[in-house]
Amino acid sequence: MSNLPILFDNPALALQVVIDGILVGAIFALIAYGMALVWGVMNVINIAQGELVMLGGYVAWYVVRAGLPPALGIVIAAAALWLVGWLLYRLVIFRVVDGDLFIAILATFGLSILIQQLVNQVAGADVQSIQSGLGTLVVAGGMIAVPEIKLVAFAAAVLLGIALVVFLKRSRLGQAIRATAQNARAARILGIDTHRVYAATFALNAAICGAAGALVAMTWVIHPYLGLPYTIRSFMIVIVAGIGNIATVLLAGAGLGVAENFAGFVFGAQYQTAFVFCLLVAILVARSAILVRQRKVLR
Amino acid sequence: MTRRGGPILLGASLALLALAFPRLFPALTTQATFLWLMILFALTWDILGGQMGYNSFGNILFFGVGMYACAVVQRDSGLAYYPALLAGMGCGAAISVALALLLGPAILSLRGHYFAIATLALGVAAGDLASAWEYIGAGSGMTATLFPGAVGERERFFYYLLLALAVATFLLVRWLYSRRFGLALNAIRDDEDKAEAMGIRTTRYKTIAWCVAAAILGVAGGPVGNVAGFIDPRELAFAGSTFGVWMVLMAMLGGKGTLWGPVIGAVVFHVTQEAFWTYLLGWQRVAMGALIVLVVLFFPAGIVGWLRRRWPQRFSPARAGESAESREPAMRNVEAIDSPARAPGSPAQRSSA
Repeated sequence: MSNLPILFDNPALALQVVIDGILVGAIFALIAYGMALVWGVMNVINIAQGELVMLGGYVAWYVVRAGLPPALGIVIAAAALWLVGWLLYRLVIFRVVDGDLFIAILATFGLSILIQQLVNQVAGADVQSIQSGLGTLVVAGGMIAVPEIKLVAFAAAVLLGIALVVFLKRSRLGQAIRATAQNARAARILGIDTHRVYAATFALNAAICGAAGALVAMTWVIHPYLGLPYTIRSFMIVIVAGIGNIATVLLAGAGLGVAENFAGFVFGAQYQTAFVFCLLVAILVARSAILVRQRKVLR
Repeated sequence: MTRRGGPILLGASLALLALAFPRLFPALTTQATFLWLMILFALTWDILGGQMGYNSFGNILFFGVGMYACAVVQRDSGLAYYPALLAGMGCGAAISVALALLLGPAILSLRGHYFAIATLALGVAAGDLASAWEYIGAGSGMTATLFPGAVGERERFFYYLLLALAVATFLLVRWLYSRRFGLALNAIRDDEDKAEAMGIRTTRYKTIAWCVAAAILGVAGGPVGNVAGFIDPRELAFAGSTFGVWMVLMAMLGGKGTLWGPVIGAVVFHVTQEAFWTYLLGWQRVAMGALIVLVVLFFPAGIVGWLRRRWPQRFSPARAGESAESREPAMRNVEAIDSPARAPGSPAQRSSA
């Protein structure tokens, strides 16, 4: 708590924390959008979401280590994760689509443990990161420093989010996905192969996570156990922002990023993830308390 | 041999084996101690998860709290070893119950997957907080107080302590399920709104059930910390991705919502897990993840559920010691009328995000 007065004495420092938070938030929002897609279309809450992000980070890390440019790492991570997502759907996820949500949660929890231990075994438990080779942008006479890679990651996340929305609105597959989300039975009757749509949805989500993971590896660090906080963050953004509007999702992501960064600054970095988890519990309890007054429950 | 002679004989020989185990297989005592812990885990998880339909991923919270409370009492109280251990276990239970009472009404107002994920977050948050708090050793953990006896005696002492705790837990939950309390939990599982409309004080029952689970786990935490010798905040005390998930898996593997299911599931699971450690060293955690996925996808009804489907007359609920329903026919009739098509233990939950 001793850091709190520093923020009031140094408005520039507070602004720095806010900017960092917003830049992080875009990546959170991207991952959350993928989770919302899977949740909305397939009625599956994917606990392995964070592990897909981690996997994407490792793919990008291997690509860059092989001597290829980081930008290509993002593309290859997305493509590789598309395949992983498709495979996971064919092996596991198709059995839990639209069924008991707890079974889906537990199955994806098992998957998350499987993936994180597999990566731990193959790549080792060390912390890794990708050197992007970009500099740092210094503004306001040295008071605020923003690494350029964070700006690039922010822009990439926003662009990907917008591309995703356009894809869902305009493309044939996107329309099929939305139709299936509205009413899977009606979509099936009208000749949409819903199994293919589900597979594509999950693969698309995995690809989004892959790209986001590559961005995470470039802006921060990756290690095999980083998954769960990302899953919890995306879950939180989804329940706050809903799934309709990319702008609200971005806003919620930025809000979470800023809140989390302030908490990390004020309480100390070791409490930052604990803060995220507690915030989720607080939000859930608050929402349910509001609903109980109308004699409803959170569904 | 009479019809009941077989089970009695089997039970007696198993009890004898359990009592004589440390003498027969001294090298395996610690593994067997953890077997009792696993049975205790599965039984306590099933109070909420199986009987009440509240699938918690965060029960590990109380285990860790109990473990740390006991270790702190042992470190700071200045008592001799055994009184300190006893005081620590009591203290762990008290703090766990207080925490359950405090969090209960709020957390238990969440339903279905929201409850599952909120409890998951609670468990992980507790681990993060414990590994940042200097008073309890932060990330470097705590070392348990040295056992005063001879070398092999420590293992034996804690073996019998955990055995006693597991048996006591079994008897306690069997007693609870045979009473009105068990019926209330089942009513909440089958349809909470209806149960409330029928006059069951759902919040009270849910909180009490959580407190029972918290008390047992709080008591068990202390001895386990001493068995392990070293308390790591994330790997032992608040081990959400091992113990926390295993609780769920063991209950499900045995058959959730049954009395014997968690016990059977815990035994099968623990033996499998030890085999993984022996034969797949290095890959055992990967195999564990795969096992979770396989059990959840292909065996959600569990061993007892499978037995009941395969031999319905032999393993029907009335024979397995869960004759609770037959005592209050009125309740059963209401349920039968209301939800004829619903399978117990799996209230169909549809969500719209």
